[in-house]
Amino acid sequence: MNRLKFKLEKRLTPSPVMVFIIPLVSVLLALLLGAIFLALTGEKPLTVYKIMFEDSLGSKYGLTETMVKAIPLMLTSLGVSLAFKMKLWNIGAEGQLYMGAMGATWLPLTFPSLPVYLMLPGMVVLGMIAGGLWALLTAIPRAVWKVNEIITTLMLNYVAILWVDYLVYGPWRDPQGSNFPFTASFVEAARLPGLGNTRLHAGLFFALAIAVILAIVFKYSRWGYSINVIGSSERAARYAGMNIKRNILLVMFLSGAIAGLAGMAEVSGIIGKLQHGISPGYGYTAIIVAWLSKLNPLAILIVSVLFGALQVGGYAVQVVGVPAAVATMLQGAILFFVLGGEVFTNYRVKFSGQKGEKLSK
Amino acid sequence: MSIQEFLIPLLAAAVIAGTPILYAALGELITERAGVINLGVEGIMLVGAVSGFMAAVTTGSPWIGLLASMVAGGAVALIHAFLTITLRANQVVSGLALTIFGTGLSGYLGKSYIGIPVEKPFSVVPLGPLADIPFIGPILFQQDALVYISYVLVVIIWYYMYHTRPGLNLRALGENPAAMDALGLNVFYLRYIYVVAGGALGGVGGAYLSLAYAPSWLENMTAGRGWIAVALVIFALWNPWRALMGAYLFGGIDALGFRLQVLGIHEISPFFLKMLPYVFTILILVFVVARHKGRLTTPGALGLSYDREER
Repeated sequence: MNRLKFKLEKRLTPSPVMVFIIPLVSVLLALLLGAIFLALTGEKPLTVYKIMFEDSLGSKYGLTETMVKAIPLMLTSLGVSLAFKMKLWNIGAEGQLYMGAMGATWLPLTFPSLPVYLMLPGMVVLGMIAGGLWALLTAIPRAVWKVNEIITTLMLNYVAILWVDYLVYGPWRDPQGSNFPFTASFVEAARLPGLGNTRLHAGLFFALAIAVILAIVFKYSRWGYSINVIGSSERAARYAGMNIKRNILLVMFLSGAIAGLAGMAEVSGIIGKLQHGISPGYGYTAIIVAWLSKLNPLAILIVSVLFGALQVGGYAVQVVGVPAAVATMLQGAILFFVLGGEVFTNYRVKFSGQKGEKLSK
Repeated sequence: MSIQEFLIPLLAAAVIAGTPILYAALGELITERAGVINLGVEGIMLVGAVSGFMAAVTTGSPWIGLLASMVAGGAVALIHAFLTITLRANQVVSGLALTIFGTGLSGYLGKSYIGIPVEKPFSVVPLGPLADIPFIGPILFQQDALVYISYVLVVIIWYYMYHTRPGLNLRALGENPAAMDALGLNVFYLRYIYVVAGGALGGVGGAYLSLAYAPSWLENMTAGRGWIAVALVIFALWNPWRALMGAYLFGGIDALGFRLQVLGIHEISPFFLKMLPYVFTILILVFVVARHKGRLTTPGALGLSYDREER
């Protein structure tokens, strides 16, 4: 009997067609797998997907909620993608978001009477600095001793969340909040303006602006180019005289700062105070969004909307008794398929016995 | 309270808190020795915890739960093996995907099991005369069966790695897979075996949490222990004995924080005590790596997919 054997032949350049097709097919396959799984566990897949779709993309309210969730996803994904470009595995966007939210919250709590033109820019700057410094904590040992940043950034997520918990259960707790774990509500000057009459807020423009800036930096600037070189070959970068250590520190700081901005936008644009559990894991979903978008800043904007919808849909299906964790599971499955599919982007798959196998190079 | 009255329960608790991390770290250790880095340990542990719990609740036997956790842990690790070994996907991203997938899957499966008690968890079985040895007895030998199995497992893995032919091959697999291939060993097949075996051990680590440590199921109940296990493998310099010591050290930090809370040390916020294991992980990692000036005994081919044609 002929055993089906295949071998992988490296492509010199990634297949441009596959770059577009793979993510699309991956999402569809993940949904299909999810449907099978739902059916096996006694749910009705079509009903579940219908609710997920209708509640996230099928109405004005749903669309708004999807966009509301997409904003922090865009920002955290842009942040991690910047680090990923340099093969710095910053998976601490979750913690950086929390620290950014904390940094931004400090200003209205301490100086509630600042005018709006000082308050909002001040919160943006403080949020970004707090997120950036939090990331820098891991960049320093990475740059100096090559301490694995995956583990340190991840561990700091837990620390940041506990730190914010400490603040909102302790020194920052609203004295009038009857012991609930949140700070006093921000003054109006500390709130990002909403768009129209919806929950959508000006944080969207932060995300758009940063995406455009990153796209330009990577396409046209010398620095953006050197980040790419360091990412693809550290040795080549060193021979070219690029300062790798300084770039590790700088890129991690900026990466954390962008995630910190996501935290600022959440507390200022949506919640209006700092509280326990401000993020349902945006910083982790960001990893998937960034990878699915091939680290392309403009693609990140679009993919974030899709994942925002998935998030909203996940909440929606709880109504019919399906756990919201189904959304997380689908996210993981999508990434599996994208990863598996990349083999078609980077390699030609040849099956043995196939005609012309010996001739092709 | 005498120092013994404080120390013995603390050290016994350190062993208990260290055991789930130890299982997961041993699993990751053999995976990495084979040249594959699996960052999905957290997800594997969660899947192991929930499937072990479900099986134990359904059948009434913690041993069947243990078996289920091994099968489930191995099964999700198989996804990682397929993606990284056969399809040569990026090992870091595949592991992260596994963690996210495992978190979602366990949350989904376990939803209806939250708050249910398990009839027969793994309970303390004093180990005959060993349990009566002063000081050491109550710490090491008045534990549950899974703790005892972990002692044996460390010895087995150590002996296997350093005193048997397949163990030598395992170490070479992560150092120089091309040489193994030249010797006629199937690199792909062997890596599959070790990744799946490592996943099964990660599953046991999860089951220890849901069937012995705190017999119950809670979403995200691993709380970062899978990641601590990954860090521990580096701390252990890929050696099972050092993994054992490291696991109990982390367990000790965990237990210390908990006991200080119980004792009502109100000067330190409980939130800071809960931070201890994470902060400690970072500090110890930085310390170990800095002390070796970045030149650890990392398996040479760790993280690289093997391609016969690029030999």
